[in-house]
Amino acid sequence: MTRPSVIERRRFLAGTGAAAAALAAPGLVRAQGAPIKVGEINSYSTAPAFTLPYRNGIALAVEQVNAGGGLIGRPLEFVHRDDAGRPEDAVRHAGELINNERVDLLAGTYLSNIGLAVSDFARQNRRLFVASEPLTDAIVWAQGHRYTYRLRPSTYMQAAMLAEEAARLPAKRWASVSPNYEYGQSAVRWFKALLQARKPDVEFVAEQWPALGRIDAGATVQALAAANPEAIFNVTFGADLTNFVRQGNTRGLFERRSVVSVLTGEPEYLDPLGEETPEGWIVTGYPWDQVNTPEHTRFRDAYRQKFNDHPRLGSVVGYDTVNAIAAAIRRAGAVDNEKLVDAFAGLTFQSPFGGVEFRAIDHQATLGCYVGKLAVRNRRGVMTDWRYADGKNYLPPDAEVRRLRPQG
Amino acid sequence: MVVNSLVIQLLNGLASASALFLVASGLSIIFGVTRIVNFAHGSFYMLGAYVAFSITRALPVEAFDVLGELGPHVRFWGGIATAALVVGLVGIAIEIAVLRRIYHAPELFQLLATFGIVLIVQDATLAIWGPENLVGPRAPGLRGAVYILDQRFPQYELLLIAIGPAMLGLLWLLFHRTRWGTLVRAATLDREMVAALGVDQRKLFTGVFLLGAALAGLGGALQLPRETLNLQMDLSIIADVFVVTVVGGMGSVVGAYLAALLIAELQALMLLAPPFTIAGIEIAFAKLTLIPSFLVMAAVLIVRPYGLLGRPQAAARVAGAAEPVLRLATPELTRIGLAALAALALLPLAFGDYTVAVATEIAIFVLFTASLHFIMGPGGMASFGHAAYFGLGAYACGLAVKYWAAPMGVGLAFAPVLAGLGGLLFGWFTVRLSGVYLAMLTLAFAQIVWSIVFQSDALTGGDNGIRGVWPDEWARDKAVYYALAVALCIAGTLLLRRIIYAPFGYALRAGRDSPLRAEAIGIDVRRVQWIAFAVSALFAGIAGGLFAYLKGSVFPTYVSIPKSVDALVRVLLGGVQTVSGPIVGAIVFTGLEEQLARATEYWRAVLGVVIILLVLAFPEGLAGFAQRRWERWRGGGE
Amino acid sequence: MSVLLVESLRKSFGGVEAVAEVSFAVEAGEMLALIGPNGAGKTTCFNMVGGQLRPDGGRVHFAGRDITSMPPRAIWRLGVGRTFQITATFGSMTVAENVQMALLSHRGRLWNWWPRATRLYREEAIRLLAQVGMEDQADRACSVLAYGDLKRVELAVALAHDPKLLLMDEPTAGMAPAERIGLMDLTGRIARARGIAVLFTEHDMDVVFAQADRIIVLNRGRLIAEGAPPQVRADRAVQEVYLGSGSTFGGH
Repeated sequence: MTRPSVIERRRFLAGTGAAAAALAAPGLVRAQGAPIKVGEINSYSTAPAFTLPYRNGIALAVEQVNAGGGLIGRPLEFVHRDDAGRPEDAVRHAGELINNERVDLLAGTYLSNIGLAVSDFARQNRRLFVASEPLTDAIVWAQGHRYTYRLRPSTYMQAAMLAEEAARLPAKRWASVSPNYEYGQSAVRWFKALLQARKPDVEFVAEQWPALGRIDAGATVQALAAANPEAIFNVTFGADLTNFVRQGNTRGLFERRSVVSVLTGEPEYLDPLGEETPEGWIVTGYPWDQVNTPEHTRFRDAYRQKFNDHPRLGSVVGYDTVNAIAAAIRRAGAVDNEKLVDAFAGLTFQSPFGGVEFRAIDHQATLGCYVGKLAVRNRRGVMTDWRYADGKNYLPPDAEVRRLRPQG
Repeated sequence: MVVNSLVIQLLNGLASASALFLVASGLSIIFGVTRIVNFAHGSFYMLGAYVAFSITRALPVEAFDVLGELGPHVRFWGGIATAALVVGLVGIAIEIAVLRRIYHAPELFQLLATFGIVLIVQDATLAIWGPENLVGPRAPGLRGAVYILDQRFPQYELLLIAIGPAMLGLLWLLFHRTRWGTLVRAATLDREMVAALGVDQRKLFTGVFLLGAALAGLGGALQLPRETLNLQMDLSIIADVFVVTVVGGMGSVVGAYLAALLIAELQALMLLAPPFTIAGIEIAFAKLTLIPSFLVMAAVLIVRPYGLLGRPQAAARVAGAAEPVLRLATPELTRIGLAALAALALLPLAFGDYTVAVATEIAIFVLFTASLHFIMGPGGMASFGHAAYFGLGAYACGLAVKYWAAPMGVGLAFAPVLAGLGGLLFGWFTVRLSGVYLAMLTLAFAQIVWSIVFQSDALTGGDNGIRGVWPDEWARDKAVYYALAVALCIAGTLLLRRIIYAPFGYALRAGRDSPLRAEAIGIDVRRVQWIAFAVSALFAGIAGGLFAYLKGSVFPTYVSIPKSVDALVRVLLGGVQTVSGPIVGAIVFTGLEEQLARATEYWRAVLGVVIILLVLAFPEGLAGFAQRRWERWRGGGE
Repeated sequence: MSVLLVESLRKSFGGVEAVAEVSFAVEAGEMLALIGPNGAGKTTCFNMVGGQLRPDGGRVHFAGRDITSMPPRAIWRLGVGRTFQITATFGSMTVAENVQMALLSHRGRLWNWWPRATRLYREEAIRLLAQVGMEDQADRACSVLAYGDLKRVELAVALAHDPKLLLMDEPTAGMAPAERIGLMDLTGRIARARGIAVLFTEHDMDVVFAQADRIIVLNRGRLIAEGAPPQVRADRAVQEVYLGSGSTFGGH
């Protein structure tokens, strides 16, 4: 949990209201031209558990890019801003990054609402925005537009991966527990629709909608148990998830019941569960310790060497954000905004997870994730029986995408 | 089966009630004696949990082996008790270092200081314990469950159920069977009287802070086996704790328990209710988890203005000096003000787009702050939920765009209407209360608005908000929009200022200074306050509308508690009792936040420290301080 | 017709009868003193007449109109001025503005949003202040005034709407003896000149016997005597109450 030393421009206040003295950051490579600047906005102060590994991933990739001589002869530089979990602050930072820092493109965001706010800013100001982490489907579909591309597998994709697994289970009576906001609502909606499309006789007998971060875990578990479902679809995460799991374990909610759960296999959520990890849950996630493909091993070793810590999913997302941007700049051969936007359409690049493409049709990357089962080994939660679910296989047919995304 | 579920759910409610009660009782006791609304109480709770985590982990298992079977129990419970004590000591440190210096400042200033503490504790916790959620150990011997009505029920929850009433009993004994407790009770009723009896108030206050903070710490530490430790614990509990304390009656420990019981049971039982349909609208109680506690609070306060077991507060007889006389600005000051306005108008010529955007934001916050100041200063009504009206204004614009694709003019006209109507509705209830209760009711209304906005995905877009709320083509240019916003905000602020000096403003101030006298010269104080509340909401709505078009989008964060708190901070920083205070406060605070957010990693802690220093240095606010210096320099004034 | 007519007023607090079957009347231009030992129910009586308290029974008529249980502001509008035992003024306003506030209310201009209040009715306020000898202090903050001066300001405020009845609860409490006589003498002159009925309570018997046209005596919530000053002074029941309660019965 050491804080990352990130290459960024830092300002220190000389006093309240006084002019801030700017300290130039040490560039790793004395490159030929002025640096290519990426303005990156994320919830560093409100969601540090997710954003700090992510920023490490960025730092690692930027270092590698610059060590290799930069891009089109220029070094790459990221300028980070903390949105404090507030979309309105993110929009302000976006303006500042473009007008004052003169960044060439925008990237980042973790929360869906902030991703959407910056995306809307990007549309309004005709600037490329590479949305790295937000999951909402709206960012590429209902609210999609020319200037925004999204990297991480979306709510729909995760729900589709799990619906596929859920359809193989014998369970017919399902219940869901989900944080009551857009992400939770969409995840449940897609999961229901996709599961019932595969198995029409499935019914949903109970829904619990705890407020995000405020779950009353004992009462929620009890209410689910009262409906006596055969299987449960879980969308809670973070502190809500841990509390839910603890109460569920003690009260035996998960015994003789299947549980299908979004994101729970990601180290960000799995690590805190430790020995209380519920065994047998079917989850999406990232078994960082077991993926031994050459590209992932290379990434994991480099990450460990630089930060003395294991990568989280956020680390991969941060790392890939840089890789995608680098690939686009190489493809465009310039940092001209419109050319870069065009370069992203159909762009392919190599992720630690394998080859990824930014689809021209809806600007969604085909980055996938791992689907497997949870188990406890050495008092730690791990994923077993996992497989890589390539994102390209979990997106709706093109005709459906065209209906979901405003064309033109 | 249904009955079984019901019974188990009641037990769940009891367990949650205990946890809430421990934290709320501490807050209630602190308020009863010191009259401090301690925003940092959630921070004590969070610290309790984190400290207990570290202690129970740090204590070596072997060291307790000599105790045999008792070893693990002593280790665990010793850790919990030590954590409570440590938090109590932190409470003392804060009381001595910060709060003791400002007991004579206006009451709200102490609230501001505790808000600074919240920010510092947040960053300190992040620095010490790191960003990842932590899962604490389970209580030894209480890991499992027992069967109740064929259902498994965690043993630890049973223990919690018992701890609540046990603690209530202990507190009762403390307050009724010890001299110290009797003094605390007496001080809750009348603290001047206790002081007159020769009791050392400082010791009493420090002791009360120790007790209150330790109770919160204990509440946090006891969560170790059931709640995940995370950095949002402080703010997620503080709203609930405020509700419980207010519903029970500030200063009443028994009331706090009753209220905790009421609210926890309601929340637990609600989850069992199946969705049903009224007039074609599906209502799922399970989806409305955030609203009921605030509805209960609003309902209780309307029927019992001082909570279930609360008493009207004895007006503090030496609560600082009387409010200063408001006088019209001297011609000199007016000239300075006009020069500043001219400088503002020329800003876009000299600076880039971003600076102009920030300046626009500041202008908007000046109006928002001025609107809050209008009811807080001349009105004497501290609103803790003014973001509700700012947010309603913003959502008016958002909804106008979303449903009618309306041009900006329509949105900006609709904003004050919706916010003003909100102010009329909520204000009607609000002005029937006073002091902390009034503040808490405004908070409740704001939370209700927030919950509706946040959880009604279909209408408001939920947390994803409404986007595409950009200005019309002619006002797209940042400089043009700046001119528009600044013109409207300055006009609004000056209009509010004008009203303060007009007969209506005087009537409002009369109602604040002496409701008795005001009524005795024919002023309908409630009505005046009600209309003032609505007017204030209306102007906040204009600010919210302008903010929506500046950001291009509307989000529930506009209605959130932090937005309300920020507004409060701006008013207090500038100074409540000066008309120019809100302007100074808005500029300083917004500027500070903007600079800090970019400049440092631990910007919250820095902001917290700055707030506390400002409170200690300028207990009458920046503008109040400047005014006094000015008057002294001019040799005028009394 | 009496300006104020009180009939069988009753009020209990938690079973204790504070005021029981009290009836009296005040005529225009008359100074009626309501006296009695501590806890006799004087302030309770006052607050029921002024509208601050709702009586349990009985009626209050003002100028022929039933004003029982009306809110204070409505009673004021009918022409009843009031001063309080503990002065109630607007601390954040100047002396003149306190009086102007009453004038603004009287003229129905409270809901004006534009004009500068401090400039409205200022001369009139100064004239009222002059009547009570406070014009020199018109621009001082009310919060810094001496207590006796505050009482004068309250009197000026109470006179602002040309009342037909003045209710003065302990108008001279906290004043120096010499000041007391002065203030009540002033009140008496104004009241007689304008035909204002004055109902006042007072502890200082020198003041009472010097100024009152008539006196009513309350003990334990009941009226025990009524009449002209000499008559009341001679009343055996009154003497007993005052001697019994240990209070000094001034004026002997």
